[in-house]
Parts: sequence; structure tokens; C-alpha cells
Amino acid sequence: MTNKNIILGAALCMLSAGSAFAQGGKPFIHDPSCIVECNGKYYTFGTGGGGLISPDGWHWESGAVRPGGGAAPDAIKIGDRYLIAYSTTGGGMGGGHASAIMTMWNKDLDPNSPDFGYTEAVEVASSLVDEDCNAIDAGLLLGPDGRLWCTYGTYFGHIRQVELDPETGFRKEGNEAIDIGRNMEASTMMYRDGWYYLLGTHGTCCDGVNSTYNIVVGRSRNPHGPFIDNVGRSMIEGGGKMVINAENRLIGPGHFGRYIEDEGIEKMSFHWEADMDQSGRSVLAIRPLLWKNGWPVAGEAFQSGTYEIQSERSGYALELATDFVRMNSGMGMFGRGNTDQPVVKVEQQKLSEVIDTWPTGNAEVRNGYYMGRPNQRWSIIPVDEAGGYVGGQYYKILIEGTNRALAATAACEVEAVAEYTGADEQLWRIEQCTDGTFRIMPKAIPGTSEKLALVSLGDCKPTLAPFDFNNDNCKWAFKCFTQIK
Amino acid sequence: MRKTINFLLLLAALTLVPCINVDAQKKKAKVDVSEALKGYFTPADNGAVRPDGDGFIRRWMILEPISKPNPTNRVFTETYTRTELSKEYFPGQLTMMPKDGDQVTVNMEYQAPVDLTSNRPRTPQGQGPQEPKWVKAKLTWHALDSDHFFVKLFRFATGLNKDRYGVIFWTVTVINCEEDIENVRLSLGSNKAGMWWLNGEEVLLVAGDRHMGVDSAVSDRVTLKKGKNVLRGATMNGPGMSEICVRFIDGDTGKPVTNYTVSCN
Repeated sequence: MTNKNIILGAALCMLSAGSAFAQGGKPFIHDPSCIVECNGKYYTFGTGGGGLISPDGWHWESGAVRPGGGAAPDAIKIGDRYLIAYSTTGGGMGGGHASAIMTMWNKDLDPNSPDFGYTEAVEVASSLVDEDCNAIDAGLLLGPDGRLWCTYGTYFGHIRQVELDPETGFRKEGNEAIDIGRNMEASTMMYRDGWYYLLGTHGTCCDGVNSTYNIVVGRSRNPHGPFIDNVGRSMIEGGGKMVINAENRLIGPGHFGRYIEDEGIEKMSFHWEADMDQSGRSVLAIRPLLWKNGWPVAGEAFQSGTYEIQSERSGYALELATDFVRMNSGMGMFGRGNTDQPVVKVEQQKLSEVIDTWPTGNAEVRNGYYMGRPNQRWSIIPVDEAGGYVGGQYYKILIEGTNRALAATAACEVEAVAEYTGADEQLWRIEQCTDGTFRIMPKAIPGTSEKLALVSLGDCKPTLAPFDFNNDNCKWAFKCFTQIK
Repeated sequence: MRKTINFLLLLAALTLVPCINVDAQKKKAKVDVSEALKGYFTPADNGAVRPDGDGFIRRWMILEPISKPNPTNRVFTETYTRTELSKEYFPGQLTMMPKDGDQVTVNMEYQAPVDLTSNRPRTPQGQGPQEPKWVKAKLTWHALDSDHFFVKLFRFATGLNKDRYGVIFWTVTVINCEEDIENVRLSLGSNKAGMWWLNGEEVLLVAGDRHMGVDSAVSDRVTLKKGKNVLRGATMNGPGMSEICVRFIDGDTGKPVTNYTVSCN
């Protein structure tokens, strides 16, 4: 396979990215809050009350409890408590812009916990029936200096910002609302590397597969803005750099939320207004959150397929350790020879041509020069019954056309077992890092609960070691050949 | 019997409502525009002003909204927008140059006033689609300077206590150039559908349920000729906010063009 074909293959994988389910279970929700973790479970709250609970961040079911009704809540953990903000109404297109943003606390988000119980909701911002703001769609940010910001608003006028007291959740005394944007919905802020980011949703909501929702962003060094987009437009001028738009059969992304898992591993939650593979319902989505040149970018949902797994350290490919089997065709005489002869395709080396030379039983894996050979082609397939992690599910990683599976060993090394059995050490968690590379981690390692990742030590030795985002040894790239439906 | 009486009363009401509506408009006291539009617009004088520092045109003649009931923003396709905005609502709508206080008689569809405490304006339950009721109304042109880079048409309507949703806003301004300015483009931010004409030629159409962003829609290259250039726009809304921001930008760099003046005559 030529580089051109690899690129084409990768492009095909990207094009088909819209067909995967957004999340497992029944992730049906509209206007989801940020995802928050509480005692090993994950929660997000939506419009109308209630929300979703997940035991692993992948499989979601309804069951979260939020009183107050209204619309578009947000959630944030401050200390050992959770602050929930929501709006008392869903806004109005033809009038009815009177609304209020309410906040309330909860110690434990599990409705079955003895510590579960919301405090009385308090009003922190409001809008009148006919003013140029609609106090709905609250977004919360606890800044690096400990100041708590709440943004809100819709297309009907301005996006506003107020400051809350992170101890009480009340509006800071004497705080005046500031206009920081206009003409968008679902605003929220985030902070990274000295920049404050204002995110919002442009386009039309609530119209199923016809919704044109899309998520945009501007940034500022100041928490009050002005938040400027990539071409110099302020968010108060209606500007905004696209973060994510519709994808094939997934329509209308809106209501951004950031989830930081580890250094270099971030996720963004949002809803698709319509998942065309799930009756056009509004569903929770979780994608990798990437950062490029200081801007947030939505990563791709990982697609099952056959890939080269390339070490970011060396560019070498993860491979089953086998003898190199030379190909006898395709010796091109350096492009010389009889150039009048017709040009023909050279066949790829086939598994059947080499498999008898491979070791039987469990085998070593290593990194080597990539040659497109069968021992370097890995089929990566999700295992539905294996559960998942925030935003993704576990995969088995097999040599293409075989049952030889990449596995973690009790010695914290990796090998290819002769037969995939579904054991936890043969299941892999694949997460895109903020720089676009990938972290690969086994679901379990025999004999230890330590969380280790697939790492290159030296150029040729894949092993398991703690993940360090700032070390290329720990990161990988996937070059797609074919997608597995 | 009671049903028959009710039907007759309803018929009478439907017949009278358009007349009452127009008559009521005639009897209204003259509005103090500067007070009614405070915070959004200031009455413009007869002179010429520069566009603002970012090139936004703030001086406009704006006609009181023409009722065009659209209970949803989902209808604003290119075809619908062109069809509806190509109709004649008043004589000379693409040629006349109005003065402040001028009135035009407009043939337009009647709509009931919006209840601000309600949600989206809807067809009353159980009545199904209604035949349009056409009325004639005298609407007034206002010479205004926007207090902001944007022109908040919604507040123009609400400030004057006119229909605010399901209307068409006609806007006209004059671009005065000391010499030809070639290779520029009309740049529009509009959260509603609309059509724009420069010197009588259509230069831009925007459709769909949009958000108002600076430079979100841009025309092909045009030339602002030496002397007076008349820029007209028609913006058609459904429910929700209506505002526009308009400027000319360089045809290649996208930077604002500011070497002209703007007047209402």
C-alpha cells in the first residue's frame, strides 16, 4: 500500500465517522450539562428535569434527578459538592423572554445515596419579558483564580456573564451582568493556558434532523472578553470559530461541556439534535477534545478498522515479531528497465503467504519499519459487552485475518496471544490526546490494578508504563487501511 | 341558533378587524421617535456621515414594518425569500428615495398583535390555515442613526409599537462617493432572510434561520460609482430577534471600506 493509499484509506475512515452510535445504552437527552463524576458514576442533566447516569462513561441510562424543570442545566464540582444551574423556562421565540437562572447544591448525585438532596434553588440572574436577553442556558466555569463565572442567554439579544460566589452559589454581591456575546445559545466558558474561551451554539435547535446547530468558540485573555474568533471577529459581533458541525448522519451538535480526564486527555460532551441511526432522537455525544494552535477542536470518534499502529516516538509500527518474508514481485529496477512495458499493480503480501513462517502460540510484539506486511496490520474491533470509559468502548486488537490478540501480561509487558478470549487484558481503551495522537491502555493487567499505557521503550520495544502526555514514547497514531462495518 | 349568532358575530369581526386596525393607526398620536427608540436609534439629520470605524453603515431610512405573517423561521428558503420579497408592497419600492416622515400605502396581510407573555405565535388551535386577510395601511419612513454597529430592526418595531414578528423591514440608504470605488463587496450580518439591491441591481440574498454575525454573507464584487449610490434592503422575519449589520469590504482582503459618506437623501 502506498502512502497515497494510506491517506485515502484514512480519509475513508474519517468520512464514515458519522455512522457510529454516539454512546452506548439509551443516551437520549437534550441540552446536556457538563459531565460530572461522583463516586465512580457519571452524570449529566438535561432540559425538563432529570438526566442520565453511567457506570463507566460509555453506557448511559436515564435516572439522574434534578428538580426545578426548566431548561439546559449545567453542573460543576466545587470541593466535595456539586453546583447545578438551570433556567426556569426554555425561552420564547415570539415573546416570553422572562426567565431566571437558578443554582442549587447537592452532596451526592446518586438518587439512592443517603447524601443525596438538593438545597433550595436560588435565583442568580434573570431577564424581563421583553429585554434584549433571555436568561436561559446557564454555563459555569471555576476559573484558575477561584472565581466562579456563569454565562447565559440565547439568540434573543446578548449572552451575559455574572459572577457567583463559589462558596454559596449565590450571585456575588454588587455584581453587574456583562454582555460578552450575542446571537447564540448554550454559552459556556473554559480556561486553558492563559486564555478564557467562550463557547456557544449557532444555528437552529429543536428541529430534529433539520436542526442546524453547531458549536463555535472565541477566546480572550480576560474573563470578561472580548472573545475573538480566528478571523478577528468578536463574539459580541456574532463571531465564532467552528468547533464541531454536523457529521453525515449525526445532526446538530450543541451545548458544549468540557471533561478533563488526565493531562493531555480531554473530552467534550454535547448533544446531537438528531442521531439518524437512532430514530433521529437527540442523544448525548462525547468526543475527544483536541487543541490546535490554541483552539479547541473536536476529535473524531474512533472507528473500527484495520490499521497500522504507529509509535509517535519513532514512527515505527507495532508488529507481531516474525521473520521478514521477502516479496519476489515488484522489484522495480529503480524505475528503469524497459519503460515501454505496461505498468501493473504489485499484489500486497498475503497472510496465507507468510503465516506458516510465524511462531505458534503466544508471540512477542515489537516495533519495526512499516512495510504494510500482514504482521503489521491490526484489526481493531469494539467489544460491545466489555463496557467502556468516558466517551468510548473497549476494543480487541487482532492481527488482521487471525485471532491473535494484543494482550497485557502479568510482567507489565505486551504480547500477541494465539487466541483471543475476551479476557480483560486483551481489551484496550483507545483515547485521542489533545494533540491528536492516541493513548492506548489495557482494560486490566493481570496481578496489578495499576493504570498503565502502551509505551515505546527504545525504538523497538513496546511495553506497559505510566502514561506521560509530554513524552512521545507514550503516544501512538493510527493509519487506517480499511474500515470494518 | 346561538351557533348562528356566534358565526355572524365572528364574520362581522373578521370583516371589521382590518378596517379597525388601519383606522386605529390613523388615529394614533405622533410618536416621539427619539424617546421611543432610545438606546437603539437617534433621529438622523439631513447631512452625510462616515461609516463607523469598522465600516458599518449606521444611517438608514427605515420603513415601519410591513406585516407578512410567518409563524416560523423554517420557511425562509431561497425560493420563498425571493418570491415574497419580489412582490410589490408599495409603488416604487425599488426606485423611490423616501424622506423622513414620508408615508406609503402598503398592501399587506393582517395579523393579530403578539401576546408577549405567550410563546411562539401560532395559528389558533382548531382553525387550521387561514386565508390571508389583506389590508391597506399607511406606513411611515424614519430617518435614523443606529446607536450601534448593528441595526436592531426588532427594537425599531417594538419602539414604535408596530408588528414585530412576521414582518418585512425595508431599509434604504445613500452611499456618497467622491470617485468610483471598485472591487468592493456588500457585507451583511442578518439573523433573518433578506434581499439587497445596489443602484437597483440585486447584489445579495440571504435565506434560512440565521444568526447575525459580522460578514456572514458577502456579495460578488461591485463598484460604488462616483456620486450617489442607493442601497436597499428588505429583511423578512418570523419569530425571534431581527437585526442586521451592513458594511462594504474590500473585494480581495475583506477589510472594511470607509472612504465614503452615508446620507438619507
